[in-house]
Amino acid sequence: MTGKSLEAILLGVPLTLLITLASFTMGAILAIPLVAMRRSRIIALRLLARGFIDLLRGVPLIVWLFILYYGISIGTFRFSPIPASILGFGVITSAYLAEIYRGAILSVPAGQAEASHALGLTRLAGFFLIIAPQAVRVALPSATTYAIGLLKDSSIASVIGVTEIMFITQSEARASNSGLVLYLVAAALYITMSFPMGLLSRFLDARVRGAVLT
Amino acid sequence: MILDWTPSLLSGLAVSLKIVGVSLGIGIPLGLCFALLVISTRRRIRMPAIVLIELVRGTPALVLLQLVYYGLPSSGITFTSMTSAWIALALTTAAYTSEILRAGIQSVHSGQSEAAQALGFTSIVGFTFIILPQALRVSIPALLGFSIQMFQITSLAFTIAAPELLSQAYSISASTFLYLKVLALAGAIYAIISIPMSALATALERRMNVHLDVPA
Repeated sequence: MTGKSLEAILLGVPLTLLITLASFTMGAILAIPLVAMRRSRIIALRLLARGFIDLLRGVPLIVWLFILYYGISIGTFRFSPIPASILGFGVITSAYLAEIYRGAILSVPAGQAEASHALGLTRLAGFFLIIAPQAVRVALPSATTYAIGLLKDSSIASVIGVTEIMFITQSEARASNSGLVLYLVAAALYITMSFPMGLLSRFLDARVRGAVLT
Repeated sequence: MILDWTPSLLSGLAVSLKIVGVSLGIGIPLGLCFALLVISTRRRIRMPAIVLIELVRGTPALVLLQLVYYGLPSSGITFTSMTSAWIALALTTAAYTSEILRAGIQSVHSGQSEAAQALGFTSIVGFTFIILPQALRVSIPALLGFSIQMFQITSLAFTIAAPELLSQAYSISASTFLYLKVLALAGAIYAIISIPMSALATALERRMNVHLDVPA
């Protein structure tokens, strides 16, 4: 039966990885201005960032994808499935990562900022040279855990027609009478891909605990 | 216009809430059972439970939903879309909450079970009346946070034709061609429920950690 179906499902792997990596990168970058706004001294910026983050996290992913894909049409412009899913996942990722960054920055003891101030570093230099390097180590394990979640969530892109693992599994399952096997294969693929990332996360977590928190 | 859509969107919301309610109602007790297996000192009990939990957590909820609804019929087992959603999401809930509850149980000081034993409680009675209430109390914010996520995940039941909120919104927008308006309205309904609930979860967590803020 399924030799050909299996091959077809495997062909979905690169697109799953592309969507995960592209949207994670986008989110990791967008999260930086977002967390800066969230920690700003100007209350309006703070509230704006907070509202943006809450709204992004308060609406299911699939609804955001539908809004981007079906809802947005400017003149004759419509998003195609892949850009819509990368944009959707990327912006949502920025909201989650901004909160992870914020927690990590807060975990750096206040004495570090005071000391860099006392040593004559400007606020900005102190942040980038002293606080950020310490915060990154704390944020890494949570960020990897989030990335694993994103890899699994990328399956949702199938609903707007991105031909990644889940989309192909569905169409192959519809055409054959061995659907169960095909879905199990898809599950196995996701588990296989997230397993090394999980190990990495656990390893980073152990290292960070040793390096920073003790 | 919005008034015309409201009844069917609200009936969809009711279905979403029914899915999340049943999934949590079955999944959390099941998660507690898993947690008890995982903290067992016997390897033969512990290992299968850990493997099952990790397999379920490693599989996207979407795959699980479709596996139950579209996959199982090929081996002769057929469920309705609601039952499929309950099975798949209850299993997901069990796998995730087992980790929350395990952490909760392990956070209870070992002196508590020693004291229970010293007072002559059997281990089952001691666990049920002394350890578990304290563990549940610690777990509540995380469980609430997970429940909010689960509420959002019910939208994936759209793909197995359960008539939940997103399905209703999609069918309205497909017949009126007002995709943006209807989908935004559905999104707003999700947000109106999720955002206050997560604020509540954060507040609860902060309240429980008050003792940590007090300088020693």
